[in-house]
Amino acid sequence: MIQTPHVDWLALSPTLALLGAAAIALLGAVTVPRQALRAFSVAVTAVGFVVSAVFAAILFDRSPDPTILLSEGMTRDQLGALAAIILALIGLVVVLVSWGDGRKDHVGEYYALLTASAAGMVFFVSASSLMTMFLSLEWFSISLYVLCALDTHRRESLEAGLKYLIIGSFGSGVLLFGCALVYGSTGELGFSAIKEATGADDPLFVTGMAMILAGLAFKVSAAPFHMWTPDVYQGAPTSVTAFMAGATKVAALVLTLRILVTAFPEQAEIWSIAVAVLAVASLAIGNLAAIAQRDVKRMLAYSSVSHAGFLLIAIAANSDDGATSLLYYLIPYAAATVGAFAVVASRERELGRPVSLASLEGLGWERPFLGVGMWVFMLSLAGFPLTGGFLGKLFVFSAIYEAGWWWLVVIGVLATALSLAYYLNIVRALYMRQGEVSPGTVVAAGGSPPRDLLLDAAVAAGIVVTIGSFFFVQPLVDLARDAAASLPL
Amino acid sequence: MLTTLLIVVPLAAALLVSILPLSAESTAGLALLGALAEVGLWAGGARNFDFSSQEQQYSASREWFSDLGISYSVGLYGFQYWLVGLTVVVGAAAIGYAMWVGRDRPRAYYGLVLFLVGSLVGVFASQDLLLFYVFFEAMLIPIYVLVGVWGGPRRVKATLTFVLYTMFGSLLMLASIIAFGISQGTFELAALGTSSNDWIFLGFLVAFFVKAPLLPFHGWLRLSYTEATPEVAAILSGVVSKAAVFGLVWIVLPHFPGPVDDLRGLALVLAAATLVYGSVLAFRQPDIRGVIAYSSMAQMGLIMLGIFSVNDLGLDGAILHSVNHGLVSAGFFLVAGIIETRFGSGEFARLGGLAKGRPALASVVLILGMFTLAVPGSTNFAGEFAILSGVFQRGWGYAAVGAVAIVLAAMYALRLISAILHDRRASAPRESGDLVGGELAFVLPLVAILAVLSAWPALVTERSFPLDQPTSFIAGQEQGP
Repeated sequence: MIQTPHVDWLALSPTLALLGAAAIALLGAVTVPRQALRAFSVAVTAVGFVVSAVFAAILFDRSPDPTILLSEGMTRDQLGALAAIILALIGLVVVLVSWGDGRKDHVGEYYALLTASAAGMVFFVSASSLMTMFLSLEWFSISLYVLCALDTHRRESLEAGLKYLIIGSFGSGVLLFGCALVYGSTGELGFSAIKEATGADDPLFVTGMAMILAGLAFKVSAAPFHMWTPDVYQGAPTSVTAFMAGATKVAALVLTLRILVTAFPEQAEIWSIAVAVLAVASLAIGNLAAIAQRDVKRMLAYSSVSHAGFLLIAIAANSDDGATSLLYYLIPYAAATVGAFAVVASRERELGRPVSLASLEGLGWERPFLGVGMWVFMLSLAGFPLTGGFLGKLFVFSAIYEAGWWWLVVIGVLATALSLAYYLNIVRALYMRQGEVSPGTVVAAGGSPPRDLLLDAAVAAGIVVTIGSFFFVQPLVDLARDAAASLPL
Repeated sequence: MLTTLLIVVPLAAALLVSILPLSAESTAGLALLGALAEVGLWAGGARNFDFSSQEQQYSASREWFSDLGISYSVGLYGFQYWLVGLTVVVGAAAIGYAMWVGRDRPRAYYGLVLFLVGSLVGVFASQDLLLFYVFFEAMLIPIYVLVGVWGGPRRVKATLTFVLYTMFGSLLMLASIIAFGISQGTFELAALGTSSNDWIFLGFLVAFFVKAPLLPFHGWLRLSYTEATPEVAAILSGVVSKAAVFGLVWIVLPHFPGPVDDLRGLALVLAAATLVYGSVLAFRQPDIRGVIAYSSMAQMGLIMLGIFSVNDLGLDGAILHSVNHGLVSAGFFLVAGIIETRFGSGEFARLGGLAKGRPALASVVLILGMFTLAVPGSTNFAGEFAILSGVFQRGWGYAAVGAVAIVLAAMYALRLISAILHDRRASAPRESGDLVGGELAFVLPLVAILAVLSAWPALVTERSFPLDQPTSFIAGQEQGP
């Protein structure tokens, strides 16, 4: 009789649901007839994401106290469950956006990879040992490398894939090296075991911690580890970009928070300064570079760098409020980012070429719904009231103010002022034509494609979450606070 | 409850107007209906409003973001009631005028104007610091698009400067609000104590000085007031600038008594400088809107003199004059719009001699001009007199500057009147007739209210603060936790 360890299937269920969907989608790629393939893949993956979100919600409900599983391979707690819910919903919205992308080949593979990478992220946010962290990071990263390069007929897509592969692998290498140093100096892999074992002043240990932080900063795309972001976001298929900007950021930030406060609480003085420096650099570089961009995807890429800065401020606070504000901020941020890329994707399909600021011109009047959506998303990213982005920033600022770092509030406010320049630029392009337009100049290259109901639904979901998270902030913050409570803060 | 209704009705009307697929006329009609319903609500509420009460009236409060101590908390005191009244009346006049003129893309246009009115009411009714900021910022959104889409040829530049200036101020204020609210653990105005931190105080001060605007934060003023459509300019100069008055009277004075004492001199000097500077510039402007824009700035300087005198006379005068100036400048911007649509331009070089054969236009311009120069017997005279008597107690020099400015006001107002109505120029237009229908219908009520106030300025001054004791009432707000 072989003793099998107890397996907590519920804790694994959000991941397994997505893996199952990925497997079915992959099987479908070779068995389902071509004409039905897209509908089949979309249906399977959408169901997979919904089931995963439901399982994650059940998990959230049934894990009031954190439990360590698989000899600290993963933690079953509300933090991981909430992040899994957010990730699964982002994935669902991205599937809706992907429906109309007119993909001719690799249809099954696209959806299978998307789901597989989401599965990796869902596992990643619960990982609590250096080993599982690295493995799940590679799991979702490799899926993303392929997804970026999936449009093999577009040179930009191949370039994006290659760049992401090289720089991402470098980041993973740094992370792995850091893990090795930490393991070497403590002899432990589990996050809380590392904390117990710590030989506080060991330079190798601190170097390892710094390298882990740097490796994660690559995934968060925080400056100065952001250089891959604009090229990859611009070149990747837009729905993939939406997924990366939304989901990768959620996953990487949640894990960064988890490892820093679980494994390295004794070194908080060191890493909170390091994180603050990363935050300031991201705010400065992201915002300044975004102002100069004319390509909308590139601009949004830099905008995501700057948001990494705001979100890192929340981590630097190293407090319960900081963790709560991070989790809350991620909700409107993800909604607005994915929604904005959805609008860009729609315009791209309509025009058949990359979307620049100039090609957004008049969109607000031609497609009122998408225009209003883009408007709402930009206001939220810029932190205007009546959108969740405002309360997110407010919450982050108040958390860091309470932590005693008032100068970060001032920098954050200045960065917000800068960011208005490019967010309002988009609003201006949507509604305000410079000078008179002679008839015939704005005719879309691809004519007027039929309405894409699923994409509209995705944008509508984005609007509802962006505005809803403003009016119903307290319930969301309660959830976030429950989740943050599972961390040893 | 009524306060919430006053905020929600225009917002709901905005939503309806922009969603319902109606024709241009019905859209405008629906918008006007919403605006008039709002006026009706306000007037109905006035009958049961107890102006002498120490209590907030029609207040409503709901938990919103309790983790940070932010609540949806609204309510009205007397002076707020007058500012809300100014908002709804000017809003209705503006929408009515827009309906008369007819605007492109009416669903978006009226939706945004109503949204602006709703957020302005929210600004004046807020009893929570953060809620105030929310409305204060929310009103930027419609203004940005209203000026940027429907404005004149330099509209894009106008929106850019406007947003740059205002956001600069607002974000400084946001930092101050965070620092102030977090250190006190609440954002509710009634529960907030006082602060002696000069930096926090300056954050608020700059935001409100930009909004007013005061020297040297006025760079956005000329372009915005010129490029916006007349009715939007009317709301901008008439009502939006009063957000600064509200913020100073209800946030800065009660909660920063120490810094106000320390820096009062600076504020008074800026206000006096604004008054003179605005008046001189108004005298030199080549077009109607330029004169009104800078006269508006000068009047805001005067109101700031009243506020920073921090005594009963000055504060009463400031509130009365805010209402006066709101009505006069809104009326003038609508008249400027009427003249511009008729004669194609508001430049004095292309106008003149309009009095001939146009008695109604001539009377309206003359009456509004007389109010602007604060002819004795007008409500503006009452307001200015109260302000100057108030500031006199702080130093006769300020009062002397104010008196000089009244002379300057007479100069630019008379120049404006004669340039429009009398000066005979070769190029003076002949063809267009007198004011008709809608033009009269939406300008005359403003003039009528001014006339009522002239007969009875105490209607506002004695009903702005409980027991007509502004200073002790404001000082009484400094309880804190």
